Amino acid sequence: MPDTPLMTEHEQGLQHQFVDMEQQRNASSLGMWLFLATEIMFFGGMFLAYLVYRYWYYPEFAAGSRSIDIVLGTVNTAVLICSSLTVALGVKAAQLGKRKALVTLLLITILFGLGFLAIKGIEWYQKFEEHHVPGRSFSAQDLIEKYPQIHIDPAPAQIYFSLYFAMTGLHALHMMIGVGVFCFLTFHAWKGSYTPEYHTPVEIGGLYWHFVDIVWIYLFPLLYLIDRKPLK
Amino acid sequence: MSEHIISSKLYIAIWAALMCLTVITASVAFVDLGPLNTVVALVIATLKALLVVLFFMHVKYTSEKLTVTVIIAAIFWLVLLLFLSLADYSTRGMIHAGMP
Repeated sequence: MPDTPLMTEHEQGLQHQFVDMEQQRNASSLGMWLFLATEIMFFGGMFLAYLVYRYWYYPEFAAGSRSIDIVLGTVNTAVLICSSLTVALGVKAAQLGKRKALVTLLLITILFGLGFLAIKGIEWYQKFEEHHVPGRSFSAQDLIEKYPQIHIDPAPAQIYFSLYFAMTGLHALHMMIGVGVFCFLTFHAWKGSYTPEYHTPVEIGGLYWHFVDIVWIYLFPLLYLIDRKPLK
Repeated sequence: MSEHIISSKLYIAIWAALMCLTVITASVAFVDLGPLNTVVALVIATLKALLVVLFFMHVKYTSEKLTVTVIIAAIFWLVLLLFLSLADYSTRGMIHAGMP
């Protein structure tokens, strides 16, 4: 038995515990998927709280949903879908080793992410102005006057807005973390750290970004589209 | 063996489909379909999520069975959480109504 190891030259970025780059890449990706599974449970609790309260207090949820800006919500959905496209194209650029394209696409993704957060900020600002933030200054008086057809009790209406702020806030926090991760990726991509053989960080960062997009895909109909049909 | 590389054209087609579905779901919300409004909104959301997972997240092209197992398990947990809890909350009234 020769005592030289099977692989004398280590491929760039290959850790010694893995057989080859593919196995290493699959292990990283599996780890990310496991993390995303815990994220599903994390968000799942909020979705369950939402479903139970919506089931109990449907009229307040319907009125609350009518009061948030559907145009901003739809635009934000579109912004996130565009960002997911740039991420997917970015991962492809990394697979092909196109450094310039990768840096550009990552930067555009960051811009989309910041745009999303800015629009979210405008939306929240409106809610503060309308006294729809749960707490001492909360008031559902405007909703009661605007929708006389719906029987609105201010206390459950606060629950809708609590969930609105908790869910969009938690999602926005994930977006901020995503923007941070993508800044890190952009810096390393610009330095040329990623090659067709080694670009795992771009790939799993992308998985995270797409996951946050999917959470929004569900938040959009659940928070904005509860009841938009014309009132009789 | 290397990774599967998806053509940019397919990515753009998926993006266009996602955009169309977004416009559809926002417009359909204004049409009175009764209780179907919620169903349509959730079906469209699930369709969009599926497109993102299969194509943008490359799950359609993965040969890793372990990854697929993790995804299915995660969805299964979520369904357990939501379905069993709702089975409880939505039937509580029935039990009390049946009590003497």
